[in-house]
Amino acid sequence: MRKSPKDVIDSARIVSRRGIMLGAAQAAVIGTLGWRMRSMQLDHADEYRLLSDGNSIKIRLLPPVRGLLHDRNGRVIAGNEQNYRATITRESAGDVEQVIARLRKLVAMSDEEAAELLETISKRSAITPVSIGDHLSWDEFSSIAVNAPALPGVQPESVLSRVYPQGGDFAHVLGYVGRVSDYDLSKMEDPDPVLMLPEFQFGKVGVENKLEPILRGRAGTRKVEVNAAGREMRELSRQEGQQGATVQMTLDAGLQNYAVQRLGEESAAAVVIDVTNGDIMAIASAPVFDPNLFVRGISSADYRALMEHDHRPLADKTVQGVYPPGSTFKMATLLAGLDAGLINGGTSYFCNGALEVAGRKFHCWSRGGHGHVNPVESLQKSCDVFYYETARAVGIDRIAAMARRLGMGVEHDLPMSAVATGIAPDKAWKNDRYGKPWVVGDSLNASIGQGYVLASPLQLAVMTARVATGREVKPRLVRAIDGVPEPQPEFADLGIDARHLDVARRGMDAVMNSSAGTARSSRIVADEWRMAGKTGTSQVRNITAAERARGVIRNEQLPWNRRDHALFVCYAPFDAPRYAVSVVVEHGGGGSAVAAPIARDILLYALAGGVPPLTAYPDGQRAGIEEMHRQMRLISPMAGAGGTRTRA
Amino acid sequence: MSYLDYQVAETPRGIRKILYLNWPLVFLLAAVASVGFLMLYSVAGGNINTWARPQMERFAVGMAAMIALGFVPIWFWRGISVFAYMACLALLFAVDLFGQIGMGAQRWIDLGPIRLQPSELMKIALVLMLAAYYDWLDLSKVSHPVWVLVPVVLILIPTGLVLQQPDLGTSLLLLMGGGIVMFAAGVSLWYFGAVIAAGVGLIWTVLESRGTSWQLLHDYQFRRIDTFLDPSSDPLGAGYNITQAQIALGSGGWSGRGFMQGTQSRLNFLPEKETDFIFTTLAEEFGFIGAGSLLLLYTLIVGFCLYSALTNRDRFSSLLTIGVASTFFLFFAINMGMVMGLLPVVGVPLPLVSYGGTAMMILLMAFGMVQSAHVHRPR
Repeated sequence: MRKSPKDVIDSARIVSRRGIMLGAAQAAVIGTLGWRMRSMQLDHADEYRLLSDGNSIKIRLLPPVRGLLHDRNGRVIAGNEQNYRATITRESAGDVEQVIARLRKLVAMSDEEAAELLETISKRSAITPVSIGDHLSWDEFSSIAVNAPALPGVQPESVLSRVYPQGGDFAHVLGYVGRVSDYDLSKMEDPDPVLMLPEFQFGKVGVENKLEPILRGRAGTRKVEVNAAGREMRELSRQEGQQGATVQMTLDAGLQNYAVQRLGEESAAAVVIDVTNGDIMAIASAPVFDPNLFVRGISSADYRALMEHDHRPLADKTVQGVYPPGSTFKMATLLAGLDAGLINGGTSYFCNGALEVAGRKFHCWSRGGHGHVNPVESLQKSCDVFYYETARAVGIDRIAAMARRLGMGVEHDLPMSAVATGIAPDKAWKNDRYGKPWVVGDSLNASIGQGYVLASPLQLAVMTARVATGREVKPRLVRAIDGVPEPQPEFADLGIDARHLDVARRGMDAVMNSSAGTARSSRIVADEWRMAGKTGTSQVRNITAAERARGVIRNEQLPWNRRDHALFVCYAPFDAPRYAVSVVVEHGGGGSAVAAPIARDILLYALAGGVPPLTAYPDGQRAGIEEMHRQMRLISPMAGAGGTRTRA
Repeated sequence: MSYLDYQVAETPRGIRKILYLNWPLVFLLAAVASVGFLMLYSVAGGNINTWARPQMERFAVGMAAMIALGFVPIWFWRGISVFAYMACLALLFAVDLFGQIGMGAQRWIDLGPIRLQPSELMKIALVLMLAAYYDWLDLSKVSHPVWVLVPVVLILIPTGLVLQQPDLGTSLLLLMGGGIVMFAAGVSLWYFGAVIAAGVGLIWTVLESRGTSWQLLHDYQFRRIDTFLDPSSDPLGAGYNITQAQIALGSGGWSGRGFMQGTQSRLNFLPEKETDFIFTTLAEEFGFIGAGSLLLLYTLIVGFCLYSALTNRDRFSSLLTIGVASTFFLFFAINMGMVMGLLPVVGVPLPLVSYGGTAMMILLMAFGMVQSAHVHRPR
């Protein structure tokens, strides 16, 4: 078919016209695209850039290295060790169950643990890494790293974890660190973000808890680029954090170790204070537990065993435990009497075995009585009647005031958990507490450290230190932070007449060194370490008249938890006091028989700066002491330890 | 004027034809393809063998094919247009019957070494068919309802078949490509007005059909519509792609983040970064300058084609050139509109830049016909 020339011209015209229309429409579309491009890339570029960076740039926290705890000689008593572990992140893992199943071929994991892990993963947010296992062996760790491609979302990492190289020795004083629980976080206002890191450790109890702010350090940050799957591609910048402070404690690892072993399996506490500066050289609570178990997450079986142990290993008996101080309180009563001027060094009371006050008979521990007793003899023989008489004369309020001056019934500021205040009771206290008036019998009981009086072993040591020095010795645990020594304290004078103190000290000396002293067998025979002390035996039950009529029941016949507490306080050297020691053995029986030898041995170790020479012990005991020391597994004293222990 | 009227002696012969090729178009196509190589190299993380090298090889083959096809007289193409259309239609039927399932849709047909995508071929065959139809049709009958119905049926049959696969993007391209050729041929504007009105009505009906027993689109297609209307409604699901694409594009700024420095693509935030979303990487790494330059290159390609068409007195040549140029235009306009959030996400690659052999080969073959029309124009 042929077309006319007109057709051709029309066709060309139509196509041209439509072509131009089409071109114009397309130009409009292209213009729109260009305009949109301009709007996005020029006008809103910053917003998109922000979104883009938000996609790919993540800030990761670098957990700070926890500060170390040293003993006074620089021995590490709380350190950090490499901990190989692995975490899993749900978002990157995809099929979590499959990944866990694969993981279980590499890492030992029980069915229960796996189920628990799955539950934890499902509870945490999808991007929060959850720990698969702590303290992996190197083999497990490296096999996870090698199999990384088959384990999406699993991140093997090597972090520092707390370790207590001395095991249980410092368990109570230092406490331990643990994982931050949701409960811990809920208690905190504006918690440090570093605490949200998986398995970040923070101080749960003890020094670790109280010094947490300086031990934690400051977290660093890493800016990293991540890909869409969350995998870290590279590090963009890094700001190092700051390691927690290294804290030097006043504690002496060797002495602490000795004290712990000397207390053994008793339910007991011992405190050693340097009376010159208040340094707590040792503060041991027995039995001990291994704080490393808590760091790693204690098993429920282990935990139950600790909880059900009747000697309460988890309790810190040194500062949390309060006991009727028994006769160790008598120095307070004596000094109150002397200070009030109602008795003096020459005062003499007659003891016939009991004192009848307000129709009640108050017995002395010696049923036969002590006859005429002066103040020094009252301590030496621990005559109760002397104190009944003194209390009757002085009144409870002055006794309580003296007790507080000596550090009992007041709180001592130490970075330890639940430091008990104890009770130095007076009339107001009883009225507040029980709404009942004070009666004279209460005073008599309090005068010999029974009744309402309660003191912790720490307070007893402080009391002893204050009696020994006449100064307001304040205990302290921190010696230096990051090498900067804490200021050497200058203790104020207690304001007790030196002659009165001298009476009390001579009494305590007589306890140890006179022929009739109650703790003579626990004396130190080396003259330069001459020791003064006071025994205490405090009842944990009331002795009924019927029992008294049958005759005093021997402690050994009673069930353990009804036996008397055995207490002992002492200091040495007598002429230039250096260390004060208190020992409480719960339900141990008699203070002189049970607590005094322990206190003496610990005191001697402190004085000798190591295992003491046998010549310091009374003749007949040396073989036994030697045997005991042979059986102890003592840690070697630090080189130069003796040098640092002497006064600077 | 039909080819019989040509002074055949006036058309260049033999190797001399090479002088009469539309050389600016050749260079522009090569420039666009080079942008593609660069971007494929970049999104592969600096590995040339992943995508860039195969793409270069195919482009070389495609360019050779284009020039070879340019040597073929234009009347040959008109002569085979009906056959080409029927063959593609048959292939589309075949795909529906025995096609390979790919990406949730039946699009491929396996011919031994070649995996053929007949819907791609159909885009060109339809243009060819319609150009031949209007060349054949008497000018006075162009707007006659009966003669309008014929091309409408010619368009709707393949569109319907492609929609069956289902491939919404390609079927829309066929519909629009065919419509543009009809428009260029001079079909009365009233028809287009009516179709647009009907289209609006149809969209309304489709949206209304959602959730009913006669639902006209797949759920995923409805979701794409939702996502298009509000990408943030599903930022980690279907809206993720478009959100990330826009972040990449916008964050490029004026001059971009630098070659191979685009975090969105390098860190895998971008989906389908080597195919449908490759433009965002360009925009991210080279900024407004880079993205605008590519848009300019595309505009020039379409412009040179239109100029060639408007200066060509042969009706078949004009319509074919306009049809090919418009299909090309639709490709890049839809792709860019999609990544910029102006259009819903439909699977349309960026022509000559996105990785993909079939699409590029077919496009270059179509430009070969445009070259043929250019070379063999009546003088």
